[in-house]
Amino acid sequence: MQPALVIEQLSKTYQDNFQALKGISLTVQQGDFFALLGPNGAGKSTTIGIICSLVLKTSGSVSIFGCDIDTDFSQAKQLVGVVPQEFNFNQFEKPVDILINQAGYYGIPRDIAIGRAEKYLRQLGLWDKREVPSRTLSGGMKRRLMIARALMHEPKLLVLDEPTAGVDIELRRSMWDFLRQINATGTTIILTTHYLEEAESLCRNVAIIDHGQIVKNTSIRELLLQLNKELFVLDIREQLSDCPEIEGYPLTLVDAHTLEVEVEKSQSINALFAALSEKGIHVLSMRNKTNRLEELFFDMVAKNLTGESHD
Amino acid sequence: MTNKQKWIAFITIVRREIHRFLRIWPQTLLPPVITIVLYFVIFGKLIGSRIGEMSGLPYIQFVAPGLIMMSVITNSYSNVVSSFFGSKFQRNIEELLVSPVPSWIILAGYVVGGMSRGLGVGLIVTVLSLYFADFSVHSVPITIGIVLMTSLMFSLAGLINAVFARNFDDISIIPTFVLTPLTYLGGVFYSIDLLGEFWGKVSMVNPVLYMVNAFRYGIAGISDIDIVWAFVMVALFSTILFAAALYLLEKGSRLRS
Repeated sequence: MQPALVIEQLSKTYQDNFQALKGISLTVQQGDFFALLGPNGAGKSTTIGIICSLVLKTSGSVSIFGCDIDTDFSQAKQLVGVVPQEFNFNQFEKPVDILINQAGYYGIPRDIAIGRAEKYLRQLGLWDKREVPSRTLSGGMKRRLMIARALMHEPKLLVLDEPTAGVDIELRRSMWDFLRQINATGTTIILTTHYLEEAESLCRNVAIIDHGQIVKNTSIRELLLQLNKELFVLDIREQLSDCPEIEGYPLTLVDAHTLEVEVEKSQSINALFAALSEKGIHVLSMRNKTNRLEELFFDMVAKNLTGESHD
Repeated sequence: MTNKQKWIAFITIVRREIHRFLRIWPQTLLPPVITIVLYFVIFGKLIGSRIGEMSGLPYIQFVAPGLIMMSVITNSYSNVVSSFFGSKFQRNIEELLVSPVPSWIILAGYVVGGMSRGLGVGLIVTVLSLYFADFSVHSVPITIGIVLMTSLMFSLAGLINAVFARNFDDISIIPTFVLTPLTYLGGVFYSIDLLGEFWGKVSMVNPVLYMVNAFRYGIAGISDIDIVWAFVMVALFSTILFAAALYLLEKGSRLRS
């Protein structure tokens, strides 16, 4: 099966000699939900800019479903939809006009564009706002409008650059559900985000980019397996006055009914429960407190700064 | 893109451009009409009646073609420069840059949008001028030909200005310090015979002079310069500007980083 995206030895040096990308290579398979993570200035937006031709590459190649962005320019662009980080629509135009015009730029007849605009405006909860000037929309609505706009030509690859930045948690989760639906219909999605919880929840594969280099490219599952320790919060039925001591399990008393415990991957949680039961302590519920991907992300970026290798 | 898809993209840009200047008509259509009416009242009626004739024509009939052409020039230019720079400023030009629309379609769409406003305002001013001056059309093909070419040329110039502009000052510098002097010194209000030999020759490097005189010839049948030469010059300027504008869009100058 043809990969959705193949990037080979991609480099970008801006006019001020800042080298944003240092020969990165990346493959995203069809149907994937892929996260591109990295700190600010790592090269994520430059990579996305090159994929959608807003940034001119210095060297290397990019092909989208086998179409090279240099030689199959038109075909490659038909296959990609992009949701940028910044609002980049005419704030004086109405949402419905923005969508219909965008379809027109891809050569989609107006009657089809009108139908699609209604479909996506309804799906993204913007139908009631279709006739208002887009500058009057809230931040979350503007983000959804940009998602709708990117879908108007029904691309096979959807690239989202921090689509939920500044969006409240309820709206963020509804956007996640929408993106999952889009992905389930076969659209490949590449996502950059600062919310690592978002990448962990949505994505199957991940590349971590830092200082213009890919420091890790693997599946989220593989990545999480590298986590050695996790922090669990235990809700206790009994009222505790002192923190119990159990060998090998460093416990912390948070309050009279809550304990925290750090468990290494090699350790059994059953053994912990058994030891607590012996002390007459019953666990009512347990939750993982570790932001797992965040721990790994910081670890890798920190190692990249100190020059350690990652394989 | 197929030819049909390119046509849809082109029509979409043109429709959007026309919709834009119609939506903000108090800023785009009304001011030039008021300005030109004032010109007619002051230069045509009040002062013109004391001037008498210019090149054998009553003064109001002499200035009318120039005033119509002036409105075509300024509106064609300002529509494209403000719309394209506005798109750059708000970054919605990226909607076009990420799409498969070829650069020449983008260029054609913006230019036809600018020509629509320039010719639309020109038509309104022409209708209004009939209230102040009686004139008939000496040559319909020359009149229509030169007004179309002029509108095309200044729409192209507006786009180039917008590509280079980094801020709103940059889109007002050229109209203020280049376009307005060229227009005022382009034979709108006087015959270049009045300038004497030296300044008359200096005026020959002003492209607006050719347009105004060719248009005046189309309407009144008189011109300070050779009409064929006027068409050649306007065609030459338009070709150069078209090539420059297309090159800038293809290269992505100040549009793609």
